[in-house]
Amino acid sequence: MTSVAPGYFLALAGLMFTVGAVGVLVRRNAIVIFMFVELMLNAVNLMFVTFARMHGNIDGQVVVFFVLVVAAAEVVIGLAIIVAIFRRRADANVDTANLLKW
Amino acid sequence: MTVDFAIFAIVFVVALGSSMAMLFAKNAVHVALFLVAAQVALALAFLLQGAFFIAAIQIIVYAGAIMVLFLFVIMLLGVDRRDALVEPLAGQRALAVGLGLLLAAEIVYVAARGVDLVAATGGDRALGAINEDPGNVVALARLLFSRYLLPFEVTGVTLVVAIVGVMVLAKRIGRMGTSVAERTEPREEVPV
Amino acid sequence: MSEQGFNASLAPLIIALPAASAAVLLFFGRRLGRASGWIATGAVTAAFVVGVVLFTAMLGAEAEHQHNLRRAAVSLFDWIRVGDFSVGAGLLVDQLSMTMVLVITGVGALIHLYSVGYMQGDERYPRYFAYLNLFVAAMLILVLGDNLLVMFVGWEGVGLCSYLLIGFWFDRSYAATAAKKAFILNRIGDFSFLLGIFLLFGVVGSLAFTDINIASAEGGIGAGVAVIATLLLFGGAVGKSAQIPLYVWLPDAMAGPTPVSALIHAATMVTAGVYMVARLSPLYEASGSDATNVVAWIGAATAFLAALIAAAEYDIKKVLAYSTVSQLGYMFLALGVGAYSIAIFHLVTHAFFKALMFLGAGAVMHGLNDEVDMRKMGGLRKVMPRTGWSFMMGWLAISGVVPFAGFFSKDAILASAWASGQYALWIVGAVTTALTAFYMSRLYLRVFEGDLVVPEGAHPHDPPWTMTAALVPLALLSLLGGIINLPEGLPSALALEHLLDPVLGEAVVPHGNTAWLLATAALVLSALGIVVARGLYLSLDGEDRRSRLVRRLHPLVDAARNKLYVDETYETLVLQPGRDLAVFCAETLDKRLVDGIVNGIGRMLGAVGEVGRRVQTGYVRSYAALFFVGAVALFSILLLKVGT
Repeated sequence: MTSVAPGYFLALAGLMFTVGAVGVLVRRNAIVIFMFVELMLNAVNLMFVTFARMHGNIDGQVVVFFVLVVAAAEVVIGLAIIVAIFRRRADANVDTANLLKW
Repeated sequence: MTVDFAIFAIVFVVALGSSMAMLFAKNAVHVALFLVAAQVALALAFLLQGAFFIAAIQIIVYAGAIMVLFLFVIMLLGVDRRDALVEPLAGQRALAVGLGLLLAAEIVYVAARGVDLVAATGGDRALGAINEDPGNVVALARLLFSRYLLPFEVTGVTLVVAIVGVMVLAKRIGRMGTSVAERTEPREEVPV
Repeated sequence: MSEQGFNASLAPLIIALPAASAAVLLFFGRRLGRASGWIATGAVTAAFVVGVVLFTAMLGAEAEHQHNLRRAAVSLFDWIRVGDFSVGAGLLVDQLSMTMVLVITGVGALIHLYSVGYMQGDERYPRYFAYLNLFVAAMLILVLGDNLLVMFVGWEGVGLCSYLLIGFWFDRSYAATAAKKAFILNRIGDFSFLLGIFLLFGVVGSLAFTDINIASAEGGIGAGVAVIATLLLFGGAVGKSAQIPLYVWLPDAMAGPTPVSALIHAATMVTAGVYMVARLSPLYEASGSDATNVVAWIGAATAFLAALIAAAEYDIKKVLAYSTVSQLGYMFLALGVGAYSIAIFHLVTHAFFKALMFLGAGAVMHGLNDEVDMRKMGGLRKVMPRTGWSFMMGWLAISGVVPFAGFFSKDAILASAWASGQYALWIVGAVTTALTAFYMSRLYLRVFEGDLVVPEGAHPHDPPWTMTAALVPLALLSLLGGIINLPEGLPSALALEHLLDPVLGEAVVPHGNTAWLLATAALVLSALGIVVARGLYLSLDGEDRRSRLVRRLHPLVDAARNKLYVDETYETLVLQPGRDLAVFCAETLDKRLVDGIVNGIGRMLGAVGEVGRRVQTGYVRSYAALFFVGAVALFSILLLKVGT
């Protein structure tokens, strides 16, 4: 076990999470946005592991396990949907799906 | 600067650097690869904190399966073209960056308070003890099949549902026909 | 249940007969057709007969203690019982109410008979008689009621019937307007009346006449309160009995059928105010001269000014209408100086001769195709002798010529005015006597005497027997009616007064030489009026004299011809501002303000929506940005809350 204080790991996770959020807002390619969501999930995983370490039990790691599984399922379905929407076009720009407006 | 801290520093740089690079990469494939790099760095971070099984799973599942899937889809759709530089939505970038900085500051602040926490004493040792005695995998398994049995079963169901769902979405009707998903998709000619 | 004295259980029947007849006619009138008139007349006549029976019984009964008061109460039912407020519905049968009953049913029956002939051929004949019966029933409730609330029911009832009958020919817009005017002006008076009732209930705790009068006599009502109460009640009388300033409805009410004018606007409804004041005489006595002076002076002023207008009117019905207003003024003058029984005396004689004259005017109109302008008539007595002679009786009566009925009653009023020491009142009354004689002589002489003048195409003739049969008794009563209350020293002297004194208190009149002097003065004034009229209207150079006089007095004449501009004043001061207020409320307040607010709220919501909808940009990334904003905000708040 490392002797580095958990706070540093939390800071790293938080920063990665922030980058992920910013990326979701800034990028226009649907798949790229999806990848930034995955980045956020990864950051959260790091946080849970760090919390497990802070508490001294494995429960945090169990949560990470579940997050991983759900992320996998989510990616699968999400990509299937993206494929369905953007298959005809060569461009996966989310801004083109803007009919639900005022 | 201890060895531990040096290792952590490497992890930090790689992970965060890859994340920032993701933001600026124009090509979707590049973004995916940077994400892989970040995930590998995170796996190392897991190892450092005594989550051995999770680290392995991270590499195998996340970096090895999920990201591969991403790359497949990118290649399939051929959407690796560059994003235009101009941002059509006014203020979006400014808002995103501003909020991002704010959030980052807040999280770092919170994290900084946790630097002196107990982990350096009791938590580390307890976790180390668990990893010693039944071992990380065994301890995880024990929890998974006792206290968290129901969520475990539910995740099983979730996976099955995901598989079935994807099969439905992608299934083509007839020899050269369209898939269910395509037929519910709006037609290209709709004016936007 | 009746109290001691005599059995008055027949009293409700008096009211029930015309009321039942009215109900029958309202529901079955169309089927009964011509018979309606006879049914209605029969009902009122029957009521009169019952009245006579009851009256005789009352006279023969034992007197209630020393005042010779003969009273019986008939309690009908418990009407209202709310908390402390309980009012029963009952009838009070005493000399005063029975006198009124006899006048109402007697004159009423004659007028019903007259109407059978007059209204013949009208397509709503049964409806007319239903209303007329309803009116009689309501008036009887008014005079027989034993408390203010029952009286008020009758009060409102006659007001309603007046409205229905004035506007009987409702397809004529001026008739409908006149009906509305009557009702509204009455309403104003009624408002004042109601306030008086409330006040009296608050002070006395009961609305029964006996209770109120006993409380007044024993000083249970403070003088100040009594003044206010009497004036408020008098306000109601001003409306109902057409005094200044609420008289303007009466001349317009001539738009209704003439028998209606005779019954309602001469003999009965308009006298309700006089009856009310008389009934509450102890209250008026207790309120002192402040209140009674107001009553007397309003009466005197009304008498004079109405006479002035009457002298300039050309419409024969309008002359009679203003004459009624003027004579009612005399009655209030009498009430105001404390001569309550004399006022009732004049009420009775006035009913006789005024009804007579109205019916006579109706006969004239009947014979001349409904012409009312006296300038187009002349010498009609030659071709309508029965009408002419009857009308002459009425003319002489109102002009105060001895020995006609009007002389005695009017003389008595002037005498009591003199005796009260308010000589100014006497002067006004005296001048008005001369004026009365003048205008009525003007009417009679122009229409019935002199050369024969008829409007084109008219064939003047005496009316059918049903109409004449009503005129004759009234003519006789106008001639001989004075008998009921001849002055002292003559047989049957003061019979009516003696009858009513137990109820109303004794009137103060001068005696001996003063009385004779005053009587002579009254006669002289009447003669003066008649002579002047004769000189102006019957003699050969009458027209010249008239034009010269008119030129000399022309501001006065102009004012009189324009009804003293009262209606115009009301129009400017009250009606137009009222209309403007209504327009203001409708246009500005309602349309602009209220609608503006309501529409404004709608528009504001629309504007908010207009702005708010822009959040829905359609771009997923904008929505994501909003998520992010929310999340960061939550986190920040948590951070701040938790603090350290």
